[in-house]
Amino acid sequence: MTALLTIDGISKRFRGLAAVSRVSFEVQQGDIFAVIGPNGAGKTTLFNMIAGALPPDEGSITFAGQQIQGLRSDQIARLGVGRTFQLVRPFPALTVEDNVIIGALMQTKTVHDAEKIARDTLARLDLFDKRAQIASSLTLPDRKRLEVARALATGPKLLLLDEVMAGLRPTETDRIVATLRDLNRGGLTILLIEHVMRAVTALASRILVLHHGAAIAEGNPEQVLRDPAVVESYLGAESL
Amino acid sequence: MTAITLNIIVQGILTGLVYGLMALGLSVIFGVMRVVNFAHGEFTVVAMYAAFLLFDMLGVSPLVSLLPIAAAFFFLGYVLQRTLVEPFVSRAEHEQFILLVGLATVVVNGLLLIFGPDARPINLPYSFDSYTVGSLFIDKVRVFAALGAFAICIALFLFFRYTRTGTAIRACADNLTGAGVVGLNVKQLYAVTFGLGFACIGAAGTLMATIADASPGLAPAYTLLAFVIVIIGGLGSMAGALVGGVLIGISEALAGFYIQPSMKSMFSFALLILVLVLRPQGLMGRRL
Amino acid sequence: MRDIWQRLPTRGKTFCLAALAAAIAAPLVADRYLLSVLILVFYFAYLGQAWNLLMGFAGQLSLGHALYLGLGAYTATALWTLFGIGPWIGVFIAIPVAAAAGMIVGWLGWRFAIEGVYFALLTIAFAEFTRIGFDHLQITGASAGLFLSVNSPGSDKWWNLGGGPLLYYYLALILAAAATLLVAWLRRSPLGYRWLAVREDPEAAQAAGIDIFRAKMIAMLISASMTAVGGVFYGFYYRNLFPSQVFDIGRSIEIIMAPIIGGLGTVFGPIVGAILLTPLGESLTALMQHFGINTPGAKSIFYGLTLMVIITLQPSGVWPWLARKLGLDRPRA
Repeated sequence: MTALLTIDGISKRFRGLAAVSRVSFEVQQGDIFAVIGPNGAGKTTLFNMIAGALPPDEGSITFAGQQIQGLRSDQIARLGVGRTFQLVRPFPALTVEDNVIIGALMQTKTVHDAEKIARDTLARLDLFDKRAQIASSLTLPDRKRLEVARALATGPKLLLLDEVMAGLRPTETDRIVATLRDLNRGGLTILLIEHVMRAVTALASRILVLHHGAAIAEGNPEQVLRDPAVVESYLGAESL
Repeated sequence: MTAITLNIIVQGILTGLVYGLMALGLSVIFGVMRVVNFAHGEFTVVAMYAAFLLFDMLGVSPLVSLLPIAAAFFFLGYVLQRTLVEPFVSRAEHEQFILLVGLATVVVNGLLLIFGPDARPINLPYSFDSYTVGSLFIDKVRVFAALGAFAICIALFLFFRYTRTGTAIRACADNLTGAGVVGLNVKQLYAVTFGLGFACIGAAGTLMATIADASPGLAPAYTLLAFVIVIIGGLGSMAGALVGGVLIGISEALAGFYIQPSMKSMFSFALLILVLVLRPQGLMGRRL
Repeated sequence: MRDIWQRLPTRGKTFCLAALAAAIAAPLVADRYLLSVLILVFYFAYLGQAWNLLMGFAGQLSLGHALYLGLGAYTATALWTLFGIGPWIGVFIAIPVAAAAGMIVGWLGWRFAIEGVYFALLTIAFAEFTRIGFDHLQITGASAGLFLSVNSPGSDKWWNLGGGPLLYYYLALILAAAATLLVAWLRRSPLGYRWLAVREDPEAAQAAGIDIFRAKMIAMLISASMTAVGGVFYGFYYRNLFPSQVFDIGRSIEIIMAPIIGGLGTVFGPIVGAILLTPLGESLTALMQHFGINTPGAKSIFYGLTLMVIITLQPSGVWPWLARKLGLDRPRA
C-alpha cells in the first residue's frame, strides 16, 4: 500500500483562532477515508487547504509524491484532486451537460470527447435524462449529484466530498453511497467529510475525528466509533 | 515650500472638501446598498444648474439655496430609489451599472438639450474677493463652499452616529439579514439612504456652482471624479471620502498649476490606478 | 466549423443564409444613405461581438473598450499619415498595441483581484487616462485631431482603405460575419466552456482545473485585438480622429449597447441588437432633421432610455426571447 495523500502537521489560524492545528494523516490508494467531527471542528478548512482554496500556515501536503501546499486550486485539480463544495455550486445558468463538460475538459482537449465523458458520468449518477435542464432548476439532491458528476468528470485520482449527503433523504443517501462504493471499486480514492453517520459507517474504511481543529482519533470504523474520547466529544453530543 | 505652492495647496484643500461632499454621497449609497450610482456627476451638474437658475432668475444666493436644493434632492433620490432602483438592489452588478449608465446618459443629454453646451457662471458680488492671511490669498467663495461642505459632512456623520434612523441604516449596511430579522423596514431605509446620497449631491452641486461654471460637459468628469475619490478613500468609508476628496483636490490644483490644467485629471487617474493595485480597499476602507 | 453549422436548427440555417444573401445583395437596391446606416449596423455588430466575448462569455465588465478602439484607430492612421504605411499592414501593428493595453489592464485588474464594479472603473480609468494623454500628444495632432488627407497619392485605393461606400460596406459585412463565426466557434471550444465557467462561478471553475486568470487574459486579448481592428476601420472610414471622441466613455457605452440589447452571452445577440438599435437611432435623427429640430442630445437620450427599459424589463436581451418566438433556438435535447 502506498499513501496517495500525506498530510503532515498542517495548521490554519484565522485572526489568531486555530481552525486546524497540526493535523497529520495518510490516505492510502483505494481508501474511502472519512473525516468527521462536530460543526466548527475545522473539517472544511482542512478540505480547503488540501484543495488549494486556502494556503496552510504550516505543514506539508503531499499528493502522489508531490508537495502541493501553496499551489493554486486549479493546479491541484489538474494534478488529480477533484472536489465538491459544501454549499453546492454548479454553474447555475448552464445546462447539466455543459456543467459536466467543463469538468471533463480537464481530461481531454476536444469538446467532442468531453461530451462523451460527460454523458457517461451523467448516466452513472442518474442525471442523464436531465442533461438538457438548466442547472439552477434542479432539486437539491440532483444538484448535489451534479456537483459530484462535475468533479468526477475531471478524472480525479482523489475525490474530496464535502458533506454531499447532508440534507438528503435516506433513500437518496443510499443511492449516492452505492454510487460511491461502485466508483471506489473502480479504483477511485475518496476523502469525505460527512455528518450522516449512516453513510460514514457504510462507506469508510478509515475515519479521522477532528475536534476543535485537532485530530483526536484515527483508525478503522470499529476502533474509532468505540473510542471513549470520540463518543464523549462528538458522538455523544450528536446523539443527545 | 514657496508661497505660491502653499496657496495652491490651500486652494486644492478647499475645492477638495466640496469634492469630498459629492463623493460622500456616492460612498453612502454604495456602503449601504452596494449599488454604484453611475449618474452621480450628472445629478451634481443638475444641482449646479438649479443653483444657477435660482440665482439668475430670482437672485437667490447659492448659500441661501443650499438647504432647499439639498432637501429637494433628498426627495428626488428617495423617489428614484423607490421607483427605478429598488427592483435592482438584488440584481446582478452589471445590470445595476447599466441601468444607471442609461440614466446618466438621459440626464446629461437632457441638460444639453435644455441648456446647451455653454458654461453658466454664477457671479456673486464677492466672487473675486479674497482673504489675505500672511502670504496666502484665499478666494472668499472657495472658503464659503469648503465650510459649507464640511458642515454638511459633519451633520451627516452625526446623523449616522446618533439618530435612530442613522443607526438603523448602519445596521442594514452591516448585516442585511439581521436588519430584516429585527424588523427594520429595509426598503424604507434604502430609500432614505438614496435620498441622503442625493442630498449630498444637491448640496455639493450648489456649492460647486460658486467655484465652477455649470455645463453638461462636466457631468461625466464629475462622475469619474467621485469614483476616483471614493475608491482612493475607500468605498463605503465616510471619512475616506473626505480624505480622498482633499487628496484629489490638492493633486488637481498642483498638476493644474505646474503642468497643465487639461492634464490634471490624468494624475487623478494615475493615483486611482496606483491605489487599486496597491491597496484596492482604499486608504481608509476595510478589506472587502 | 461544420459542427457549428450542424447544430443550428433547420429554420436557423435558412434564416442565416437568407440574411447573408440579403446583406450581400443589399447594395443593388440600397441608396447611399441606407448603405451608410447598414455600415454602422455591421460595425456595431462587429464591436459588440468583441465586447460580448469578454462580458457575455467571460463575465468581465469592461466600460473602457474605447481604449482599444482608439489605440487601433490611432496606430493605423498615424502609421499611414506619418510613415505612409498602409492600413493592411498597419492593422497588424494596431492589434498588438491594443492587445498590450488590454493585457496591462487585465493583469493589473485580475492579478490584484480587482473585480466587478472595481474592474469596470479600472477600465474606464485607463481609457480616460489615455484620452488625456492623446489630447497632449503632439505627434498625432493632440486635441486638434488627426486627419487623413484625401489628396495624397493612392489614398483613394482599396489597398489603402480608401474608396466609395461599397468598399466600406463589404468590409464591415465581412468583419461582422467573421466575428460572428469566430464567436460561435469559440463558444463551442474548450476555451468557450472555460469562459462560461469563470463567468458563472470563478471558485468552482478553479476547482474544475481552470486557470481563471489565464482564461480571462485570453478573453481580453481576443476582445481587445478585435476591437482594435474595428478601430482601424473607424479611422479610415471617418478619416478624422479626435481623442475626445474616439477615447470617450460615450464611445465605450456605444459599443456595449448592441450586445446588451440583443442578449449578453449569446452569439446572435450583438447582431440583433445592432440591427434594432442603429436604424432606430438613425431614423430618429433623420426624423428630427426633417422637422427642423437640431438637437444633438436627443439620440443619446433615446439610447439611454432604451438601455434603462431593456435592462429593467428584459435583462437577458431581445434575442433569447425572439429566438423562442421564431422557433430558432436550439432544441433542448
